[in-house]
Amino acid sequence: MELVVDRRRAFAYTASHAFDPKKPTLVFVHGAGLDHSLFGLQSRYFGYHGRNVLALDLPGHGRSEGPPLPTVAAIADWVFGVLDAQGIGTAGIVGHSMGALVALEAASRRPERVERIACIGVAYPMKVSEAFLEAARRNDQAAFDMETIWGHAPQVPLGGNPNPGMWMYGDALARLARLAPGVLYNDLKACDDYASDFAGVKCPVLLLLGKRDVMTPPRAAALLQKLPTAKTVLVELSGHSLMAEAPDATLDALVAFFSEIPTGRPGR
Amino acid sequence: MAGPKYPRFETLALHAGQSPDPATGSRAVPIYQTTSYVFRDTEHAASLFNMERAGHVYSRISNPTVAVLEERIAALEGGVGAIATASGQAALHLAVATLMGAGDHVVASGSLYGGSHNLLGYTLKRFGIETTFVNPRELDAWKKAIRPNTRLLFGETLGNPGLDVLDIPSVAAIAHAAKLPLLVDATFTTPYLMNHFGLGADLLYHSATKFLGGHGVAIGGVLVDSGRFDWEASGKFATLTAPYEGFHGMDFEEESGTRAFLLRARREGLRDFGACMAPMTAFQILQGVETLHVRMPRHVENTRAVVGFLSNHPQVSKVIYPELESHPDHALVKRLLPKGAGAVFSFEIKGGRPAGRKFIESLRVFSHLANVGDAKSLVIHPATTTHYRMSDADLAKSGITAGTVRLSIGLEASADLIEDLDRALQAASRAAAKA
Repeated sequence: MELVVDRRRAFAYTASHAFDPKKPTLVFVHGAGLDHSLFGLQSRYFGYHGRNVLALDLPGHGRSEGPPLPTVAAIADWVFGVLDAQGIGTAGIVGHSMGALVALEAASRRPERVERIACIGVAYPMKVSEAFLEAARRNDQAAFDMETIWGHAPQVPLGGNPNPGMWMYGDALARLARLAPGVLYNDLKACDDYASDFAGVKCPVLLLLGKRDVMTPPRAAALLQKLPTAKTVLVELSGHSLMAEAPDATLDALVAFFSEIPTGRPGR
Repeated sequence: MAGPKYPRFETLALHAGQSPDPATGSRAVPIYQTTSYVFRDTEHAASLFNMERAGHVYSRISNPTVAVLEERIAALEGGVGAIATASGQAALHLAVATLMGAGDHVVASGSLYGGSHNLLGYTLKRFGIETTFVNPRELDAWKKAIRPNTRLLFGETLGNPGLDVLDIPSVAAIAHAAKLPLLVDATFTTPYLMNHFGLGADLLYHSATKFLGGHGVAIGGVLVDSGRFDWEASGKFATLTAPYEGFHGMDFEEESGTRAFLLRARREGLRDFGACMAPMTAFQILQGVETLHVRMPRHVENTRAVVGFLSNHPQVSKVIYPELESHPDHALVKRLLPKGAGAVFSFEIKGGRPAGRKFIESLRVFSHLANVGDAKSLVIHPATTTHYRMSDADLAKSGITAGTVRLSIGLEASADLIEDLDRALQAASRAAAKA
């Protein structure tokens, strides 16, 4: 679906369904340097199981017009801009990595509009190493390599992909090769800079973490696990890219979490 | 700070795509000799059919053993993924059929394997897809042949029969300027000898029957996508960027971005054309892939020894191998194929068809058959076999003479190969003298 947000073209994948104001809405927010298609299987499932799905391409990513937004707060505001553009009052949010910080920030800023959030592959603080940031700032291939290798569990290059015939490293590298210069740096810097006390987060929070995540290891989510409404699901064998590495476990956890309330509130 | 490291080629050749079998601990790739897979429940079945969950439904679409081969070749080539097919020809057909339909057009190198030439020049024409063949060395000819309805540029990394080295960076630049992808047949170069995607190709395929298997026991193909071509930005590929009625209105590019081509090829091409690979074949080809990095240097080493011998033989008028200074692509091969120009080449024997016939019949180590890329050395004399019905003038148009002999150099002792060739050349010389 093509949208206009802040006078710029934006894209949201809807699982080939027209928006239905009677259905609850689930928004998917991708991580640094990625796009909506990382949520392919999971967003498609919800689109065919009673929800409006908006799997977003953030500005400067995928099909959405740039430039990329420089802070997590700005991205959270932009997500609300998407909801406004669609006339959606409240929604659940699924965020991955940087997108998980966006989900937390959105829930903190506008708790009345966020029903519950699922944070996949998340850490707080989400500090990025100086070497990674510097390589990304230079648009150096080394940054793409770090994103690719640290973005998956160590066994991924030698193990089997649950998605038959696909090579996860190759997919990550191809995706990064399509990024405009500076976008990955922008995103990593936004993660690195992000700070919050999450005081406004009142809704249920799912922390969905890969046990073999080297980018955001589960121990780095300790502060988030202290949120009163948070619960954690650890996924065996998965690294940071849970949607690709453990698609079924990820979907099962999301279905269980978002089924705890039968429906959300319809559009205003 | 040292950055993280990728596994090297040799390690990927042995491991990529497979972890020890979770059910049995089997270290070798298990052969999942099954047509179909039990669903956990009706909900699971529906979600697999609708691509909401990953997994296998029916072995024409995907199979766990075949998937190991696909992922491994994708890893070795640096692609987003791969689809294994019933043959190399099936892989070429799958690529073309995924990208275009009646009314579309291909620009192809004229230096192609005969089967590919037949498919493009005759068979696909019957289905409304036309091909313009160009001299692969004439870059302007590629450019001039592109029409508004062109959807693909295609060539072999090492052409047939003159071993023309495809200038992938230049041809890819021409393709990309026209918002078109470049597909290469990488059979002769394998991922070991050439970095096809790094040079600019967008799609590639192998006849896995050849060097990937290496043992000559299984027919198969593999189609690989780099994931780098932006189908949406091109605006020329409705099969990938417009809703497809045959799969719930799916827009493959919107659905999966970098994986759009392979998704359509699998969900439509394998589903409807059905030219899938059998699990036993995938297992057999995997046995070859695991030693590709060991075999290819030896293939090249033996080839160089044989080329050196033939280049100085009085019964040989010409040797056609890109590493020789006499070959027009000598400079290009140094740039694109630093590890070697493969193990298939041609030479011309003096004395015409009678000498050629006698030469073939006198060989003891080389096997006379229609294949290449085997661990065993192979030979064929086009004028008395594949091109038997052609006049000498027609042969010349194909870059072949009555004395052209094609060799595929295997892994035997090079001294034995040279002795075998020497004995047969002497016999051919005597036959030519009598004729």
